Amino acid sequence: MTVPATVAELVREFRANGRIVIVGASLAGLRAAEALREEGFTGSLTIIGDEPHEPYDRPPLSKQVLKGWVAADHTKLPRLREVDAQWRLGVAATGLDRAARQVRTADGEQIPYDRLLIATGTRARQWPNPDEAALDGVCTLRSRDDAAQLQKALAAPPSRVLVIGAGFIGSEVASVCRELDLPVTVVERGSAPLVGALGGVIGEIAAEMQRDHGVDLRCGLGVSSLEGDAGGHVRRAHLSDGTIVDADVVVASLGSIRNVEWLEGAGLASGFWGVGCDAGGRAFDINGVVTDSIWVAGDVARAPHVLYEYQFLAMEHWDNAVLGAEAAAHNMVNLEPHYHPHLLLPGFWSGQFGVNIKSVGVPPFGDEIVFTQGSVKERHFAAAYGRRGRIVAAVTFDHGKWLEYYGKLIEQSGPFPPPPPGWDQPGDMKPIPAEFPQPGVPTAIPDVVLTGHDPSERRAEFRSRRR
Amino acid sequence: MRVAVDLNRCQGYAQCVYLAHEVFRLTGQEALTYEPNPDDERRLQVERAAAACPVQAIVIDRLDGVEGSATS
Repeated sequence: MTVPATVAELVREFRANGRIVIVGASLAGLRAAEALREEGFTGSLTIIGDEPHEPYDRPPLSKQVLKGWVAADHTKLPRLREVDAQWRLGVAATGLDRAARQVRTADGEQIPYDRLLIATGTRARQWPNPDEAALDGVCTLRSRDDAAQLQKALAAPPSRVLVIGAGFIGSEVASVCRELDLPVTVVERGSAPLVGALGGVIGEIAAEMQRDHGVDLRCGLGVSSLEGDAGGHVRRAHLSDGTIVDADVVVASLGSIRNVEWLEGAGLASGFWGVGCDAGGRAFDINGVVTDSIWVAGDVARAPHVLYEYQFLAMEHWDNAVLGAEAAAHNMVNLEPHYHPHLLLPGFWSGQFGVNIKSVGVPPFGDEIVFTQGSVKERHFAAAYGRRGRIVAAVTFDHGKWLEYYGKLIEQSGPFPPPPPGWDQPGDMKPIPAEFPQPGVPTAIPDVVLTGHDPSERRAEFRSRRR
Repeated sequence: MRVAVDLNRCQGYAQCVYLAHEVFRLTGQEALTYEPNPDDERRLQVERAAAACPVQAIVIDRLDGVEGSATS
């Protein structure tokens, strides 16, 4: 038998009888499992998830569920096909032994794999003081259980809600509070809401939008401490300027933490920004060498992106989970040169204060912004972000139909300012500084981040030259 | 039944709102919200809405029995 024929036989054998373990039972994990079966994988498939629930959809949690329109347990994800998997739900993965090819779980089991997919995603950053975080009424919003708890707290109703952090989740919670006619104070350490993700120019527009809807918005401030009553229920917050806000529900929307702790000691390129992988989802080890048996998908993945100087891009976006999972699944059961790349142009949306905010590309990669269509005053506009004469991102407020136009330009590294489309151009189309915070200035971390050129965030180990 | 909408792809054409207004709603001009697990009796409506979506952003389940609802 020739070598290629032997390799082809091995792949056929793996597809028929191999063992694949997926760690993470949310959107990326589920779609990967479905894609593996779609690709003809008939071996054993195990899906491990730390939450007891079957895979559910998160975007409705901060909107429909909080408003009370949809119950938190009515968010189960549609299934695209049978996956015939062993589900280990409610059991976290706690360790990875790459030499023995086993995943360790919280209940002490060792689950063997031939190929592994890491899709452990992120979790909400908790309020840093554990005693204060444990007070009744102090919430975060990431999981289905978080949403159910917060929805109940909002329905009580509280006398005032305090939202700490005005990124997308915090802003959406504030929006829901106003829709429910609840008094709400938003405290943001940066100069404006959404400033980390979209810059200060758009942040100012978002700030006006919040204030017009009755939000008590306080920027450039932090919360120093939370105070509870004798019954252990949160009652007030002390702000960094010495003022006090009385509130009986506090939502800490401080961004997310990537779930990589279980990989400690496994020698993979895992760290603060997630697990480094190539554009096809194959994980890098700690020395920047690509592995043959471990893949990464979803929020926990970071991979080099051709459009952004091959910097590693981390994206907490819905379609990144879906498409990254599909690419990884394909590559897990195929050989090069038939690998698929996952080179998604980042895009997200956020519904708040009656406006649909959408973006494409990586806004913080730009340093200038130009309004290209519509009217800022009517909050119905498009704007493009540029860097060194090239368009790198765009944002729309209730103007989403035009995003595809900007997306095409970004994919082609088109000029900045971009040639104006359509007819509703604003009078002044001069680029101005986009006013992103300097690195190190504390504000919400955007949910799409360029994380540098280093596949591993630890120092490389060098082997000695001599034995 | 189960529904998810790729809201990146959704452009607010609102065809789904006309065809299944108990399941899909517009908030403002283009922000779509929806009932993710509507009653099965809405299935025909929702299937029509998914078929009519100009950008094919609506995902519906293609299974009746569901795995993974219990710890194995």
